[in-house]
Amino acid sequence: MDITTITIFILAIFVGFEVITKVPPTLHTPLMSGSNAISGIAIIGAILATTIDGKIGMWLGFIAVIFAMINIVGGFMVTDRMLKMFKKK
Amino acid sequence: MNSIIDISYLIGAICFIYGLKMLSHPRTARNGNIIASIGMLIAVIITVYLGRTDISLTMLGIAIVIGSIIGAFFAVRVEMTQMPQLVAIFNGFGGGASALVASSEFLKNGPESDLFLLISIVLSVLIGTLTFTGSFIAFGKLQGLVTTKPATFKGQQPLNALIAITLIAFAYLTPSYGINAFYIIISLSALLGILLVMPIGGADMPVVISLLNSYSGIAAAMTGFVLVSSGNTSAGNALIICGSLVGASGMILTQIMCKGMNRSLVNVIFGAVGGEVESSSGEAKQVNIKSYSTEEAAMIFDAAEKIIIVPGYGLAVAQAQHAVRELADYLESSGKKVYYAIHPVAGRMPGHMNVLLAEANIPYELLKDLDEINPEFKDCDVALVLGANDVVNPAARTDQGSPIYGMPILDVDKSRTVIINKRTMNTGFAGVQNELFGYDNSIMVFGDAKDMLVKLLSDLKELD
Repeated sequence: MDITTITIFILAIFVGFEVITKVPPTLHTPLMSGSNAISGIAIIGAILATTIDGKIGMWLGFIAVIFAMINIVGGFMVTDRMLKMFKKK
Repeated sequence: MNSIIDISYLIGAICFIYGLKMLSHPRTARNGNIIASIGMLIAVIITVYLGRTDISLTMLGIAIVIGSIIGAFFAVRVEMTQMPQLVAIFNGFGGGASALVASSEFLKNGPESDLFLLISIVLSVLIGTLTFTGSFIAFGKLQGLVTTKPATFKGQQPLNALIAITLIAFAYLTPSYGINAFYIIISLSALLGILLVMPIGGADMPVVISLLNSYSGIAAAMTGFVLVSSGNTSAGNALIICGSLVGASGMILTQIMCKGMNRSLVNVIFGAVGGEVESSSGEAKQVNIKSYSTEEAAMIFDAAEKIIIVPGYGLAVAQAQHAVRELADYLESSGKKVYYAIHPVAGRMPGHMNVLLAEANIPYELLKDLDEINPEFKDCDVALVLGANDVVNPAARTDQGSPIYGMPILDVDKSRTVIINKRTMNTGFAGVQNELFGYDNSIMVFGDAKDMLVKLLSDLKELD
């Protein structure tokens, strides 16, 4: 753990604020469901957790993969379903 | 090998940021979402194939298939009116996944881990678990399974404070008491999530979902710190970047929702609205209203050139989006201009009304947000208010004693004629009488939004 990690954290928050403030109100619901999918990135931690020795830790990883996968697949699919409806005249 | 992993996580992060950037316009948004999902695919594949050699692929495969089926089922089956419930559940799963990963790291490293790792584990478990339980209460309230009234009891806030203090105490004790202290931290976090959402009323749910959305991101970022401290630097950094993006997004939406409802975040969380507001509207002024039939209203529409439709949630409840579009199509075909004015809190979550109208094939360029449409009302012939109340109440501009004073509203009263459709004269969420209904240029047309729109359209056709 060093200052690099904190640097990444703080810069990512700034990037987040910059990018998200440009999203128009019309797309705020797809933004939320899409960002749900992105928070499913916890899956890579979950995949690594399934390798942990000792039964409980491994099963926690297993359940975490399921949870994160629900977010990823559900989030991206429902966002696509909504964005498909936004049509021009 | 490790540099390939680092680079692919970097590509993944770029995909997410670029994908979110493409959400800045409806034209590019769909591709943006696809780019973000490709980023996720890269991150997952690289983790499985290059991350570790001791991954049980069978077990992982089973988990991925189960999660995908459940996620796809929700995504395909959900109705657009139920989108807040879906996002609430997804927030919960996101927070839950983060808390589980952090817990499993705790079980691996034990209570003797270094201080920074322990702090990040406790924060990740705390935020993740309370997001999980809080989100399911929010889901229950939105779905009508849990009371939408603010559930309050005496001493609630001291109790929450006590739980928070106990949590900190057990976090401090974890190095010496180990796993038992850890279980208590999980249980108390779960309880805190329930207790924090229960007292919040149904009308404030848009704020709560946005806030929980932010929490689910922050939980992922904290889990990133856990992974970095336990040696998985590249995976941890990926979680920190993505978690921060989601956390920032949820924060911005929370602010927008609070502003749209004229509430501070502190007031939403601790205010338990619904019980306390009525007092200030005691001196209900006598309002003399004019009630018109749809035939009379049709004549006004016939003479109008520019029409602005203000949809409220009552419209979605009546499933009248398609009826609105048919009316608007007819008006446009007779050479009139039709726009839609969307208040930030028109639906049950940020941007909800836009999705409901898009579902009825209403083109997005006609949907105008508050800042864009307000200058347009002064040369508008008819403003048609459908199932909206507080968001068009001029008291927000003028009456300093009103609970909604200062709230941004749609200035429908500035248009030549305001036609308001409501089912009854009941007040809105804020419990405030709306003086707009008694204005000289206001006309009430009572009835269910859908029935009224259908009748209005047939009356309009008869005029031709």
